[in-house]
Amino acid sequence: MTKSNSEREEVLLGNDAVAFGALAAGVDFFAGYPITPSSEIAELLSREMPKRRGKFIQMEDEIASLGAVIGASLAGAKAMTATSGPGFSLMQEHIGFAAIAEVPCVIINVMRGGPSTGLPTESSQADIMQAKYGSHGDYPSIALMPDSVLESYLFTVKAFNLSEKYRTPVFVLTDEILGHMRENVILPPVEELEIINRQEPTVPAEWYHPFEQTTTGIAPMASFGHGYRFHVTGLTHDINGFPTSIPAEIDALMNKLKNKVLYNTKDLTMVEEYQMEDAEVCILAVGSVGRSARRAVKILRHQGIKAGMLRPQIIWPFPKQPVEKMLKQVEYVLVPEMNVGQVRKEVERLADGRDRIEGLNVMNSVMITAEDIVKKILNAEVPVD
Amino acid sequence: MTTPVQMMAQHPALHEWLRAKKSFPHLWCPGCGIGTIMGAATRALTSMQYSKDEVVVISGIGCTGRIPAYLDCNTLHTTHGRALTFATGVKFSRPKLKVLVFMGDGDGLAIGGNHFIHTCRRNIDITAVIVNNYIYGMTGGQASPTLPEGMKASTAPYGSMEPPFDACNLAIAAGATFVARSTVYHMKEMEKLIQKGMEHKGFSVIEIVAQCPTSFGRMNKLGNPIDMLEYQKTHAIKYYPGMDIEAAKAEGKDIITGVLKDENTKMEYCEKYDELIIKKALASEKEKTK
Ligand SMILES: Cc1ncc(C[n+]2csc(CCOP(=O)(O)OP(=O)(O)O)c2C)c(N)n1
Ligand code: SF4
Repeated sequence: MTKSNSEREEVLLGNDAVAFGALAAGVDFFAGYPITPSSEIAELLSREMPKRRGKFIQMEDEIASLGAVIGASLAGAKAMTATSGPGFSLMQEHIGFAAIAEVPCVIINVMRGGPSTGLPTESSQADIMQAKYGSHGDYPSIALMPDSVLESYLFTVKAFNLSEKYRTPVFVLTDEILGHMRENVILPPVEELEIINRQEPTVPAEWYHPFEQTTTGIAPMASFGHGYRFHVTGLTHDINGFPTSIPAEIDALMNKLKNKVLYNTKDLTMVEEYQMEDAEVCILAVGSVGRSARRAVKILRHQGIKAGMLRPQIIWPFPKQPVEKMLKQVEYVLVPEMNVGQVRKEVERLADGRDRIEGLNVMNSVMITAEDIVKKILNAEVPVD
Repeated sequence: MTTPVQMMAQHPALHEWLRAKKSFPHLWCPGCGIGTIMGAATRALTSMQYSKDEVVVISGIGCTGRIPAYLDCNTLHTTHGRALTFATGVKFSRPKLKVLVFMGDGDGLAIGGNHFIHTCRRNIDITAVIVNNYIYGMTGGQASPTLPEGMKASTAPYGSMEPPFDACNLAIAAGATFVARSTVYHMKEMEKLIQKGMEHKGFSVIEIVAQCPTSFGRMNKLGNPIDMLEYQKTHAIKYYPGMDIEAAKAEGKDIITGVLKDENTKMEYCEKYDELIIKKALASEKEKTK
């Protein structure tokens, strides 16, 4: 591949790529609490952010970290935190707050084995459901899952864009293997990256309703100190942010939160389809397992099996349309994942019993290999014509 | 004595600070001390002539936590116990904003105790008002960490057996640089102390002893709100350096009011970050390009 002058080729650690992605996206504020295997992100940002007059703070725990991030975001900053399983659990309270109060923020979860302290230095993909349903109540969830160091960089930029655009917390789910892997990458020139900043209100202050239902579903967001004095609360609120218990106003709020994602599924669908054109067997893989899946496709094709891979790059909202299309096309679906079967359940929900769907589930931290996938598919006696 | 109406007349600006049409009537019980505290804090804000746009009022969850909704500035009602974490984010990211935080005693010292001591330690320029009514008002009068031994709460029907926290001592020990106490009865003093706290560069803590007639008063048979204010009046004693606090307490003067700590030698967090961290980071960058 030829490189333009401003493209940067380097050997990067996955976690460092996340940090560089955040810097490229224009992160102003980071608050976090150390936890393996995510700490390199905080370490790199603690070094780099002050050079750009960015604010880095190590808080007393992860609840505090996300609290500070939300406060900073309300004051106008592009703000983020990074953690792993136990810290992600602690953050759930404030994830719900950011969701209901519609505060943009980015949360990186470098997944490790759980539950509890689990496997601090080993990989898993067991927090996928937590990223969707972790906090109490119904709220929208947007989560990205990169499969490479390059995607770790690009998806972090994308996470900022989506969170600023939709005024909601956005998750990037990487894992220990990805976070601690070094890869040769060619980063695109920073000037060429699409950067989305939140929309600020332009109306006079008296006309501003910070939580109103607009045609896009997302109201402009004023920063504290910019002359729009409004109220922010974690209570169910009206379009001005004041607490309400009127059913019609509660409905309006809850539907607005739900529809943010529902009405924007197109913008929020991002999948990789690899050799899917004529595929009869599909490996539906997410995150780092996608790497093994891609190689498995090659091996299977070599053996005459028409295999392909479908890889949701945005896992939440779940890519209903591409998965349904795939289900109509193939005879057999294998969902290899490093958990008890969290993604498979979602695929089964869409298949509604009509398709043959199997899981390959590893919960012992050992990466699923291409060979594991190939063996499983060959043993599955998939009809080949 | 000046009446509230006269006081309003002395402070016409006060009205401007209230979201009179949007969020009133307020939800506090008749005789509750929280409204008086909000009034004093608002008068302090107007005396300092802060613009409403530069002030951010932040709270946790509880009866006290409802204060921000009534004030016409930037307001943020956060989660239970964690107001100071949001406040830290607001202040650190935009140091020009003036940040005032209200917390209940349960909010600030139980669930938020860890955030409290760490905010003290950092000495970030935030003013925290702790409304100490000795119980959890919002949820019906359960025991809080400031509930005195022997006093009753809805979860301490036989009287509390746990030693309470002294919010001010905790703040002093943890490194807050301005620490003061007052009561709802001492309205004027309270206003002055909140103002001093806000003018202080660094983390300031002002504990206000407040009556909750609905729960604490009723469960401990302390009479009506006036009786409870009378208690604050007769049990308070103003602090002076060298004071024998234990002796005062033995004489029944168990509410030590006034400025308990006022230290101006410790650098404020945001300034320190600019002075130390950003300068060093920029220097290291220059070094590299040499
Ligand atoms: C995480 C969490 N736990 C519990 C509660 C329930 N809760 C609401 S207010 C409150 C206590 C309020 O007491 P305090 O902080 O002393 O304030 P007050 O109401 O007396 O002003 C509690 C426990 C909650 N909102 N969130
Ligand atoms: S319950 Fe107590 S603290 Fe709460 S509003 Fe009523 S009197 Fe005030």
